[in-house]
Order: sequence, then structure tokens, then C-alpha cells
Amino acid sequence: MPEQKDFQPSTLVIHSNRVYENQSNSILFPIHQTATYIHESVGVTKGYGYSRGANPTVNALEQAIAAVEGTETALCFRSGMAAISTLCLALLKAGDHVVLSDVLYGGTSRLFHQVLGNFGIEYSFADTADVAAVEQSLQPNTRLIFIETPANPTMKLTDVKALADLAHSRENVLLAVDNTFLTPLLQNCLDLGADISMLSTTKYIDGHNATIGGSLATHNEALVERLRLVRKTLGTIQAPFDSWLALQGIKTLPARLAMHCAHAGELAKWLENHPRVARVYYPGLDSFPQKALAEKQQKAFGGMLAFELNANTEDSLHFINALKLATCAESLGSVETLITNPATASHCDLTPEVRARLGITDHLIRLSVGLEAPKDLIADFEQAFAVVFGAEG
Amino acid sequence: MKFATQLVHFDPSPGDPKRPMATPIYQTATFDQVHADSFGEYDYSRSGNPTRRVLEDQMARLEGGSRGFAFSSGMAAISTITSLLKSGDEIVADWDLYGGTSRLFAKVLSRSGIAVRYVDATNLKSVAEQITPATRLIFVESPTNPLLRVLDLAAIAEIADKGSILFCVDSSTMSPYLQNPLALGADIVVHSATKFLCGHSDVTGGVVVVKDDILGKEIQFLQNAQGNALGPFDSFLLLRGLKTLKLRLDAQQKNAVKIADFLAAHAKVNAVYYPGLPSHSGYDAQTKQARGGGAVVGFTVGSTAAAKRIAENTKLFKIAVSFGSVNSTISIPYVMSHASVPAEDRSTRGIPQDLLRLSVGVEDAEDLIADLEEQLDGLV
Repeated sequence: MPEQKDFQPSTLVIHSNRVYENQSNSILFPIHQTATYIHESVGVTKGYGYSRGANPTVNALEQAIAAVEGTETALCFRSGMAAISTLCLALLKAGDHVVLSDVLYGGTSRLFHQVLGNFGIEYSFADTADVAAVEQSLQPNTRLIFIETPANPTMKLTDVKALADLAHSRENVLLAVDNTFLTPLLQNCLDLGADISMLSTTKYIDGHNATIGGSLATHNEALVERLRLVRKTLGTIQAPFDSWLALQGIKTLPARLAMHCAHAGELAKWLENHPRVARVYYPGLDSFPQKALAEKQQKAFGGMLAFELNANTEDSLHFINALKLATCAESLGSVETLITNPATASHCDLTPEVRARLGITDHLIRLSVGLEAPKDLIADFEQAFAVVFGAEG
Repeated sequence: MKFATQLVHFDPSPGDPKRPMATPIYQTATFDQVHADSFGEYDYSRSGNPTRRVLEDQMARLEGGSRGFAFSSGMAAISTITSLLKSGDEIVADWDLYGGTSRLFAKVLSRSGIAVRYVDATNLKSVAEQITPATRLIFVESPTNPLLRVLDLAAIAEIADKGSILFCVDSSTMSPYLQNPLALGADIVVHSATKFLCGHSDVTGGVVVVKDDILGKEIQFLQNAQGNALGPFDSFLLLRGLKTLKLRLDAQQKNAVKIADFLAAHAKVNAVYYPGLPSHSGYDAQTKQARGGGAVVGFTVGSTAAAKRIAENTKLFKIAVSFGSVNSTISIPYVMSHASVPAEDRSTRGIPQDLLRLSVGVEDAEDLIADLEEQLDGLV
């Protein structure tokens, strides 16, 4: 039998992090729905004093995430945004500088523009697909490079290893990757050299749209201690009940990801061949300009794609409205297929000029491909095309 | 409508045609948009969730504010308030603060270029003296934790008002049943909802209520941007706990008065800190601005060793941080809840090393007093 660390992913998510519950031999870990703990004597606890600092159920989820990240420790937060804001307040002080991917989740840009900027944290955006451009944007006070790959929503890729090498060629520059679109099972950013892997666990980790959550993982133990202190201070730890739900979700992560990838691949090809579709952005397509990079650093192409119709914005929005199985809703990575118009949803806080420059057109459609049968999803798309463009589709 | 009625009479499920008496738990991350380019009332649970909203509206009503917000912890609530500030701004704070708040000021905000000037806010003149053109926020607790000093909130509100400075009161030791800082002139009231609001030690949470709509919009923006809102399940538990706030606190406060009287009369007790005792220095101010002394009682016993002995041997008072639960708890703030205050500050702030803090629960007062009496009588 292999060592735990050598388990295949589907074994890993179920067994390597399993915490045996001795009180009752319950198969599932209990929900420690408690704020505080009885101390055995003054200053003596079993490692848990107050749930804002740590909680056994939250810790069980953290062990599961650490197992898929391939680290000793992961930390969980109330949301992906709480993970990013805690990371930044732990690492950075007024006067420090951050380089950000130019294509980035709107909530992350908003955090820098409207919260961290007020705290004197400097930042600039770079086309992180271009290593030379990132190098040029580094300043003497740069402490962090924060990237997304694939980037939300255009799927632009960044070479994680190249940026890790660049960051580590400077003093005190760390690389953090928002790996929400792929999860560590499809792209292990820490193995690729990143210092910090960040996830919105709301997405594939939970997988069922049941919880809001985020996580951070790193091999840097000193950073873990600093993050624990700042998380306790900002009170941004995940709740026990939400941790328990995500803990059930992660057990099917490898099984779900395999289906998400297969279905997305099938839909991407079908869309690309459809006369009403102008362009499809999916790293698994031969037409995707960075396919070679995807093959180099990813284990699969993921469940996310974006596309544009041969149509104006009005008809594109009409098409989204006409879908019956694909649900128009924010978020991604769930068993349900979700579809959005980034310009009016996830990226609505960017100016139209910035969106245009980054390729986030007003009629761009983002698709999170779920676990419904591709045949049924395709039939849904066919009927929506017919509604918008008439019987000939 | 009287407070007891307000606690149970509110719309538990706005818009739900099935009219459940208990608020449904909307355990969902996202909401069907209906239209591709516009959102309904809710779009994503980080920015808003129907279960959380019922709790937030109920808290706004109980505190007499325009808008309430629920957070993942009291510290998340406080750090959201301090996120209203920017580099170069200053805070004037009373020096007797919960250790976690001191840590936020010292270890996080200071790095963002936000300075804190600590004052003894029982001295109104010194509050006024510390205000500079950069002061943006006055932050106090009353009664304070752990010394239970009472601050004149209306008078501090006047000072804040003159300088157009935000005035925030952490009212965790009181709850809206016993004290309403917004009615006394504060702009923001904040609670660790983990304490009396929840009352059962089963939720870690925080609540902010603001008076002003514009301030409400700023807090709402930050709650979504920083992503530290309370989850739907915890919101449900808090809504449930909140319904018995008055019942619990009436019983707890009644017990606390009996215990404070007992302690004040006991030969082995050096000092009792309880704003409900007429001998307490803040009794008059407390009587003027609140409806009782609450259920947190402090007392000193001469030495840390004696304090430890009592804490470790009482049977009904369990050693735990936090307060406000139906279960009585005992703690030594110097080494527990306030251990995060640097040692030199703990002494200059006058937190006695032999201070025991009781959070009095709903058990029978006779049992609680017998438990304390046995240990106090046993002290040499």
C-alpha cells in the first residue's frame, strides 16, 4: 500500500485527511458548533481556546485542503475575499507594492482600489502572461506578485514557474496564485514554485453552491503563524458548519473535476463549431493561443470557458436569458451549470475602457460547465439559439 | 412596542408565502439572476443573504439604527469599522479595551499608518485633549472589559460631534436590552454577538448597527469587499438565541447582583468590580445610561495563586474565555482574554493579576454562590 502522501487524488481526499472521531466512531467528523472551550486549568487547553482562533471542524477542512495542496497546513476563511484581504494585511504594510494580473476577478481589484489602497498599499497591474512585463513592473518596494491563472473571465494563462523564478530572484518578493479555476488537483501552484496558493472554496472545493469560503496554503511556516495571528485579529476564520459542508464537498472533488473537464471539453468543441459562435476561450482547444502552457503546467483544462456570439450585446444577453438548464448566477465550479455576463456581473466594477483593453467585451459570456449531461446542455443551447435567432439557429 | 415583544415580533421570513415562524436557512452561495444583466434583491451571499438580512434588520430595530450588519466575529465587525479609516487617520480610544481590539490596533492598523491615542475616557477633558485634526474615530467600551469602568457615553458623543468624528461604542457587555448607545449619541454600536446576543456559546459572530444611511452604505460596501459576513446557519442560530435575550439577561443580571453582594461581603475578597453595586464608582453613570449592571462581575482575591486556585476548583463556573452565555464561566483576564495586551500595558492599564472575571449564567443563584463560597472559604 502506498504512503499517504502518494495516494491518488480520489483516495487522498477521503483518507489522507480523515480524522477519526473516537467518542462514537462516527464515520463523519462532528460539527463543533461552539464559540469557546472549557480549559482544563488556567492556560491549559487541548489546543482550542476560542473558535475565532481555531476550531476542530474548521481544522478538519484545513487538513483536507492541505492534503490536496501537498502542504502541512492550510488555513480557511469566511470567503475567498477574506482570504485575500487577510493575506494582504498579514504580509504588507503602508508603502509596500503589489503587482497584480491585469485580468483579475473584479472583487480582488475592488479590494485593492477601495480598501487596501486607503491603507497605503501600492499596487499596479501587469500583463502577467508576459514575464518581461512583470519584471518591468517590479519596484524596490514590491513584496507580492498576485496572479490568477486561468484568469477570470478571459482564461488568459500565466506561467507560474517563470513568475516564481522571477519573484525569487528578488529579495522579499512572494508569489501568490489564485488557483480557484483549477484547484491544486489540476494545477499544483506550490509545486510550480508559488509561495502561496489561494482558493475560493465556494467554487470547486464545496462544489454544491452551499457555502462561501476561502483558503490559503503555503510551505512557509513563519507565514502560516503570521496568517493565524492576523486571521484571529481580523476574525475572518471560516465557521464550523460551513467547514463541515465543504468537508463533504471535497470528498467528491476528483470525481467532479473529471466530469467538469470532460463536459467543458465537449461543450467547447461544440460551441467552436457552431455558426452563431464567434470565439471560444478554452485552454483545451487547439485554437487557444496558450494551449502549450496549459499542457505544461496544468493536469487538465478545467471546467471553465468563455465565448462570444456572432451577435450584439442585446442578443447575447437575450441568449443567456433564454437558457433553461444553464442558470444565470454569479459564482462557478458547482454541479449546476452557471452562466454569466462578466461585464455586468463579476467585472462590473471595472470601467468600460479597462474591460475593453482586457478583452472583457460587453457581450462576453462566461460558462461554468456543470455535471448535467453534455447532450442535455447542448439541447438547451440549441433551443436558446432558436429563441433568439429563429428556427435556423 | 416594548423590548420583550420586539424580540419575538418581527417578520421572520419576508416574502415567503409559506409564512414559517422560524427564518428559513438560505444555505446558498449564489442566486438565480432572472435577467442576464441585472440582479434581484440578492446576487451572492457574500454581499447579501436573506437569513442574514432578517438578523441584520432585527438588530437595527433593537438598537434603534437605520441599518444592521452581521459579521463572522466581533473582531471582523470592529475591523470593518476601522476599515473606514485610511493612512494618516487617528483613533482616540479608551485604554481599557478587549485584548483582541488592542491587538488589532497594535499589530494590524499601525502597519497601515493609522495611529491610536489611548486615553482614560472617564476623564472627558483628556478625551478632548487627545483629539487632533487627524482624529476620525473615537472607540470605547462601556462598561469596559475587564475592569467594568463606566464611561459617560452621551458626554463623549458630544465631544465627537463637535469634531465631526465618528463615535463607536462596543456594547458587548450590555446588549441592546440594557443599553442603546445610538440613543446616547453614538454613530456606531458594535457587539460581539458571541456573547449575550447569542447566549448559548454556539456562534462566533459580530454585529454593527449604524444610525446614518450613508455610513450604512459604506459598511455594506466593506462587508462585501472584505468578505467577512456571518454565514446563513450561524445567522439562524443567532436569530433563535436573540428571542430569549430579555429572559436570559433578566435571570443573569438578578444572579449577578446576588453574587456581587455576596462577594462584597466576603472577607477574602479584596475588591468587587460590578457597575450594578451602589458602591461602584460608575454606579450613577450606569444607572443614568443603562438598565442595570449586566452579568459580568470582577473581583480580586489578593494573589494570582489564589485566583488560579478558585478558577480551577469551582465546579459550576467553568474556565473559558468569552462571556454572556447561559452557562456561568470564570476567567483570569490577565493571563487569558487580555494576554494579547503587551505585559507593560497590562500593568499600566491596571488589570490586576489576581482579577477573576465571572460571567454569570442562568443557573440557580444559591448553587452559584455555594460554589464560590466553598472556594473562598478555603483560601488561607
